[in-house]
Amino acid sequence: MSEATGLPPAHAVVDAALAAASGAGCIVLVEDRSGADVRFATNTVTTNGVRRARHVTVVALAEVDGGFAAGVASRAGVVDPAELARAALADAQGGRATDDAAPLPGGVVDPHFGDEPPTTDLDVLGGVLGALGAAFERAERVGTVLAGFAQHTMVTTSLGTSTGLRRRHVQPTGTFELVGRADGGSRSAWVGRGTVDFADVDVEEVEAALRRRLEWATNHVELDHGRYEVVLPPGAVADLMTYLYGEASGIDAEDGRSVFSAAGGGTRVGTRLATLPFDLYSDPATPSLECVPFLAVGASSSQASVFDNGLGLERTAWLRGGVLAQLFYPRARAARTGCSAAAPIDNLALELPGATGTTDDLVAQTERGLLLECLWYIREVDPTTLLLTGLTRDGVYLVEDGEVRGAVNNFRFNESPVDLLERATQAGATVRTLGREFNEWLPRVAMPPLRVPDFNMSSVSPAS
Amino acid sequence: MPGLDTPRAPGALAPDTLAAAREAGLAEAARLGATDASIRIEEVRSQVVSLRDAALETAVDDTEVGMGLRVLHDGSVGFAATVEVTPGAAARLARDAVGAARAVAAARRRSVELAHEPSHGEVTWSSPHVTDPTMVPFAEKVALLEEWSRRLLRAEGVDHASASVRCVSEHKHYADLAGTVATQHRVRLHPQVTVVALERHGAGFESMRTLAPPVGRGWEYLGGDGWDFDAELAELPALLAAKLAAPSIEPGRYDLVVDPTNLWLTIHESIGHATELDRALGYEAAYAGTSFATPDRLGSLRYGSKVMHVTGDRTAEHGLATVAIDDEGVAAQSFDLVRDGMLVGFQLDRSIAAAAGRDRSNGCAFADSALHVPIQRMANVSLQPAPSEGPTTEELIAGVDRGLYILGDKSWSIDMQRYNFQFTGQRFFRIEHGRLTGQVRDVAYQATTTDFWGSMEAVGGRSTYLLAGAFNCGKGQPGQVAPVSHGAPSVLVRGVNVLNARAEGGR
Repeated sequence: MSEATGLPPAHAVVDAALAAASGAGCIVLVEDRSGADVRFATNTVTTNGVRRARHVTVVALAEVDGGFAAGVASRAGVVDPAELARAALADAQGGRATDDAAPLPGGVVDPHFGDEPPTTDLDVLGGVLGALGAAFERAERVGTVLAGFAQHTMVTTSLGTSTGLRRRHVQPTGTFELVGRADGGSRSAWVGRGTVDFADVDVEEVEAALRRRLEWATNHVELDHGRYEVVLPPGAVADLMTYLYGEASGIDAEDGRSVFSAAGGGTRVGTRLATLPFDLYSDPATPSLECVPFLAVGASSSQASVFDNGLGLERTAWLRGGVLAQLFYPRARAARTGCSAAAPIDNLALELPGATGTTDDLVAQTERGLLLECLWYIREVDPTTLLLTGLTRDGVYLVEDGEVRGAVNNFRFNESPVDLLERATQAGATVRTLGREFNEWLPRVAMPPLRVPDFNMSSVSPAS
Repeated sequence: MPGLDTPRAPGALAPDTLAAAREAGLAEAARLGATDASIRIEEVRSQVVSLRDAALETAVDDTEVGMGLRVLHDGSVGFAATVEVTPGAAARLARDAVGAARAVAAARRRSVELAHEPSHGEVTWSSPHVTDPTMVPFAEKVALLEEWSRRLLRAEGVDHASASVRCVSEHKHYADLAGTVATQHRVRLHPQVTVVALERHGAGFESMRTLAPPVGRGWEYLGGDGWDFDAELAELPALLAAKLAAPSIEPGRYDLVVDPTNLWLTIHESIGHATELDRALGYEAAYAGTSFATPDRLGSLRYGSKVMHVTGDRTAEHGLATVAIDDEGVAAQSFDLVRDGMLVGFQLDRSIAAAAGRDRSNGCAFADSALHVPIQRMANVSLQPAPSEGPTTEELIAGVDRGLYILGDKSWSIDMQRYNFQFTGQRFFRIEHGRLTGQVRDVAYQATTTDFWGSMEAVGGRSTYLLAGAFNCGKGQPGQVAPVSHGAPSVLVRGVNVLNARAEGGR
């Protein structure tokens, strides 16, 4: 649908910027983004968008008193790469030595580095759009209101360094979310799917999953706040683990400022966090969760350093056998503290080796408990324990004798994902899923359903 | 091209470039049969400088240039955007936007309409400031934050200090088929300093952050124009030490005197979002949520006590949501949302105004980038102070026998219909018999929106009023981030449920 743009090839931008930054080293990062999305609500389409963007970041290094300084300049749009590089270099030359400096990675040259970035458009969503029209009609006939979002993006990352590294990665990302509300919202359900190309998104299958939950909700049960046995489906587990993952800075832990800090100094690496022998890991090569296999960041933080750009990313276990195994460390910091360097990777999986069974299987084994569908508005309350607060949303179900008896009012919870790992008594098989709240930040996740015997529902929420 | 140490003139896109692109885009949209079309060409420079223990940790100097075009075509909306700013690219956008409108028509069950807005002709506007904060040399920013950090790290009991400043300079060029051509420049900045003290025995720590709000001001803000940073930094170490040594709160019902540095966020979540009509009508049902404040309750929903008067505006001086013309060509306005405790108004954009049968939008459309479609976003939503002299914060405290005085925002969460909320804060002082008697820690307050505002016994006078706010209000899919301010006086709220956050975590 979209016509071609007049942007120069990414490899030419990389080369021109590198040629202009004649300092102690240079990294150029070009991100070409193409996207198409559609929102819908009240049983009709609402907004949409098709877009093309380019973002160029230049990290220039300069030798200064006491070591190396980095200058970073970035610009979205049509960029003069040489000017951007000179600006970054000027800043590096005027800056101070930074403690995350490390030799730039080099050596790898991807064979497709010079290829044109692929694009996407609303044609990818054509099947979904076609099916949605009929779904809206069906919904209206039974008094259900559908809302949701379908999005597809193609992001091509091209990264070059003055040490000869040339990496390129194309990241397709798709998400499809559908909410159904009935009886003025007193019955509601959400279903989300992560996809690469929408070929595997079946609107009618999603609609059927929604219908099943809305039917569960025809019987309504009021329950008070308190501690309940819960079955968390993979999507709810995803949001909790995503938050935990975001807090895994080794520097914060060493500074005594995180849940992963050890009493008396140092970190809790090597400490058992989970009673069950869970593995929590990221791996760019995980089938259907493939993601960028090298580090590409536009700014240093407590999690990653611009000096590490281009570093190869491989399977990294954050939790191995229930024991905290690794936190994020830039290379320079890792070398100083004697631990392994590790950078954030764009996917996350939680797995209990050998575990089998689905959410439905866990429900069938529940004598009395709550099945939660989504968690929402999750925010940190106490960083020392990673206590999070949030709400249940679009489906809390009472389970008795292995069967769903009806929908329950919503709750506000106060829980720490670290504590939940310690207290989880059962997990099912790990499956690809989508977190409700944080899927835009981390859409590539695979999680098991979990059973927690004493989930803290702090108060009742009258929301529906 | 900007470097971190090389300031440049604002609005680098030349007027003739803007004019050629907008005219090409709108002409092509009209030629293709669009009944409404608008184009935004934006250049937004965003900087982040952050120091950790006086050493530079993060430096970002990012400029995003782009162009977005929206059409209403045969009852469907279409939106397309690109980073190229040329007449050819603008005409291509018009074709893409019309193509998008046609593509989604298959799933459209009702036509989209946009409430009429007259042409405002050519408008040029700039938010009031002396020095565009993105023009200040990077080295000067680092030096200031470093000096602040060192000052704090020298103080007894401070183990770590983090300091950061975010600066934004936003140029928006808007034009539509009605004839409005608006060129607007806004600046904003948010300095933050956090000090951390580690427990001397065992694991754990306490932190305390500055209360200085983000503002629509220039770099002069850091020199004392609107906030006394030296005074606030001077008191942080002792406040932190007292917090670390403070007893943990005993949970129960307390009377709260809430400072505007905390209350702005409660207003934002429980009034600001709840009075967005797109939410109430179900347009955010899949993501941000809906609202308990529905249009059928306009004029009859008792939102809070009689002293509650809440306004929405896009006009407040130094407000983060303040503009002259919104992103749909609607002139900035000011309006009541809650009057004498009763729900009397909603925030609107043009499509929501039309869907609700209103004649006109009240100007609440915003897109955070040229690459995103405008949606209904929050005006500056503010709780008005007492109309006459009104009580001071001390006088409010004097009226409390057993309570807490809460300052600064920290953790926040509210449900999808904006009923049940939970907030923490930066500083909690116990009030006993009308006097402050030292800090407590681990406080979280939890309430239902209408109960909380219904228990508001008194609002402070003008002397207690402060415009606070945030850079990072999230809404929409794909996600958009909006800056917004909230003015508030100190208030007295009776009998609020206070939790102990440690106990909630099973400790």
